[in-house]
Amino acid sequence: MNILIGGAAGQGLDTIAHLLGKSLQRFGFGVLTSKDYMSRVRGGHNFSCLRIEQETPWASAQEIQLLIALNEETYSLHKGNLTPQGRIIFDPDHVSLPNEEKRGLPIALRELAKEAGAAIMANSVAVGAALALLGLTTNVTEQLLHEVFAQKIATSNGKALRAGYDEVAKTNHTYFTLPAPMEKKQIFIDGNSLLGMSALASGCRFLSAYPMTPATGIMTYLAAKQENHDVVVEQAEDEIAAINMALGASYTGARAMTCTSGGGFALMTEGLSLAGMTETPLVIVVAMRPGPATGLPTRTGQADLEFVLHAGHGEFPRAVLSATHLEDAFYRINKAFELADKYQIPVIFLSDQDFADTVRTLPPFDFTLLQHNRYLLDDDVLTSPYQRYLFTDDGISPRALPGQFAGEVVLADSDEHDEDGHIIEDAEARARMSEKRQKKLVALAAEMSEPEVDGADEGDLLLIGWGSTYGVIKEATHALRAQGQRVTHVHFADLWPLPTATINKLFSHFPHSVCVEGNATGQFAKLLRRETGHLVDQLILKYDGRPFWANEIVKEVINYD
Amino acid sequence: MTKAQEYLTSETAWCPGCGNFAIRDAVAAALAELDFAPHQVLMCSGIGQAAKMPHYLRVNGFNGLHGRALPPALGARIANSSLKVIVESGDGDTYGEGGNHFIHTIRRNPDIAHFVHNNQVYGLTKGQASPTSDEGMKTNVQTFGVTLPPFNPLATALVMGAGFIARCYSGEKEHLKETIKKALLFPGYALVDILQPCPSFNKLNTYAWYKERVYHPASIDTDNWQAAMALSQEWGQKIPLGIFYQVEHPTFISHFPALAAQESPLGTRSFEPHTLAHLQEEFS
Repeated sequence: MNILIGGAAGQGLDTIAHLLGKSLQRFGFGVLTSKDYMSRVRGGHNFSCLRIEQETPWASAQEIQLLIALNEETYSLHKGNLTPQGRIIFDPDHVSLPNEEKRGLPIALRELAKEAGAAIMANSVAVGAALALLGLTTNVTEQLLHEVFAQKIATSNGKALRAGYDEVAKTNHTYFTLPAPMEKKQIFIDGNSLLGMSALASGCRFLSAYPMTPATGIMTYLAAKQENHDVVVEQAEDEIAAINMALGASYTGARAMTCTSGGGFALMTEGLSLAGMTETPLVIVVAMRPGPATGLPTRTGQADLEFVLHAGHGEFPRAVLSATHLEDAFYRINKAFELADKYQIPVIFLSDQDFADTVRTLPPFDFTLLQHNRYLLDDDVLTSPYQRYLFTDDGISPRALPGQFAGEVVLADSDEHDEDGHIIEDAEARARMSEKRQKKLVALAAEMSEPEVDGADEGDLLLIGWGSTYGVIKEATHALRAQGQRVTHVHFADLWPLPTATINKLFSHFPHSVCVEGNATGQFAKLLRRETGHLVDQLILKYDGRPFWANEIVKEVINYD
Repeated sequence: MTKAQEYLTSETAWCPGCGNFAIRDAVAAALAELDFAPHQVLMCSGIGQAAKMPHYLRVNGFNGLHGRALPPALGARIANSSLKVIVESGDGDTYGEGGNHFIHTIRRNPDIAHFVHNNQVYGLTKGQASPTSDEGMKTNVQTFGVTLPPFNPLATALVMGAGFIARCYSGEKEHLKETIKKALLFPGYALVDILQPCPSFNKLNTYAWYKERVYHPASIDTDNWQAAMALSQEWGQKIPLGIFYQVEHPTFISHFPALAAQESPLGTRSFEPHTLAHLQEEFS
């Protein structure tokens, strides 16, 4: 069951999607909402997709059963995806449908809202109407209104909600049949809040960032926690300052993070290189949107993989992890903090707009599985004088913090340096220090998770993906299996150093291999080729700024010749 | 207690006669006289001859990127408020490459003592104009002479709301040391712009040039912003030295609940992730 809510920016689509989604979650359904919006504050065309299943859906689906059209554009753009038995909730005073359109369900949204108190509550009327069509009651949503709004506003919105509900109930019986609800407890959370929450629970004490869509939600989540938690959020004057502030905080002992998108990360590359040289732990969330330059600010893509792999001048070890789905990302961002501290390196966590803005119902997380090890030098093993860049077998120097030991100082340097941290230029010392840094990659590589495999070790088709396409490839896999294909889905979360054992084992056992990516050049396929020699047979690429639909992947696989 | 001499470390890479030596001595003496132990002090710097200071003083040091000395200092201030944070860099680093950070760090008013070695020329890249070079100064790049009006750091800092603004001259060591001490003790952002000859590359603003011009105003009303602004505009035949302005206002960390209480350093407070399982309740 899919609902699409569309209208102009400023019409309150988010409110409808959130109220409806959250209500459905409380009823016990598996819910997913995704957001398609323009980079403007008013006007334009925005929409949210809401999918309801018995188990939590993995991705949005293209086919719509219920269309809530707050303007005519929504109708004309999406009518093609509305099923013949679908319904359209619209306000006949503001939206007119063609005479031949028989699926319309006119509700005087604004009039009914006015009667309840104010026209602005038309959203609540629409939610009420939708609840009636779904055969649900309004009590859960009313409770939600009271949790979110002050008494007076909640009460009048409740009135508007019931007005919409009654309007449908008096003329229509329940129109849609929903699956049986789940019994288990669920939370309903978006990608950015999830990353912020896990960062906080991973002991992140400082976030410095410059607001940039689609990463800003991480910043606002953590900013709201400053009142009651040990965390400081600073809005930097630019991304250069943001990463340098985070490095200063990390060097003096805080788990620190910054978040941005491609354009902001471009400004951070100098600081990334500094993190590599000074061996300062840092987590950088790069929430991808399509470039080049400003690109499509509110859209999605996976085109910055090569950028983050190669960003920063000079050679230094880094780890790159990615957000595949909410259930995994909660623990993986914790891993990012652990790796950063353990190996004293920058760790980049690749997210994207689709991951950041998609909200899903999930079972609660187990916070006891989160790690918080700081890997700092203990007093009993300190040898004086302390040397920040002491040569060791694995390249990892014991890390002390400034002020940690009386009489000892900690010197971090962006110039090439000796074990003390002092500037050097002699050839031998430089080569040795470079080798020391590179050595860390050996143990780091062993920490990378092999990709998740769904399917048998041999078959007809190997579908390869990475990052947030996890859900949609999973759905495509199921659809292809339903057509009789023996499909195995391999999905990478940890991207660098690239874990290769699984793909090396599987690759030759499939006559056809496909890499699915949200970019125009097949960046992951190229990485795979470079690191393993395997050349995939087919690339399924999407670079229009929108997430994949499962049926698009299925179609391209089938049409390949 | 650490003696001034004990802060000094290795041989430096500075030219003979460089003003940096006097500044290094003054900082070391100020730290010793105020009884800051080396491990309690953090010096952040950028890139340039002045920015090598963390290598030549035995304190904690973060010798970062060109122009980026202030942002790590702010981060450090947040993570460990028990450290005395000093930022030391040159005029090109601070007022050129790092101009944006200079402006916005002042607005934040963190507890940072900022010592800028202002020799009005680029030394490490061998003699190009800096943001503070006088108009007309010929260099290997500014071949017609500098055509841009010089950046005025003190006036800029005043406009941005800095609470402590001073100008010193490396030729007056005692005054320099005493001013540095006051800056170190000032609660909030304190800027000391230190005029300093560069015998290798600045043939215009020499020791003799400064000697003719620098003077100490008879009295300075350090509460008076307008008077400070007037002093900051004086340049040319007469160049005033001294603390022009000194007025306290709330510091950066006082705005953050996690920092204002001044418990243990934020960065290393003990923590267990499972204690935050309640965070997911707002999503239920």
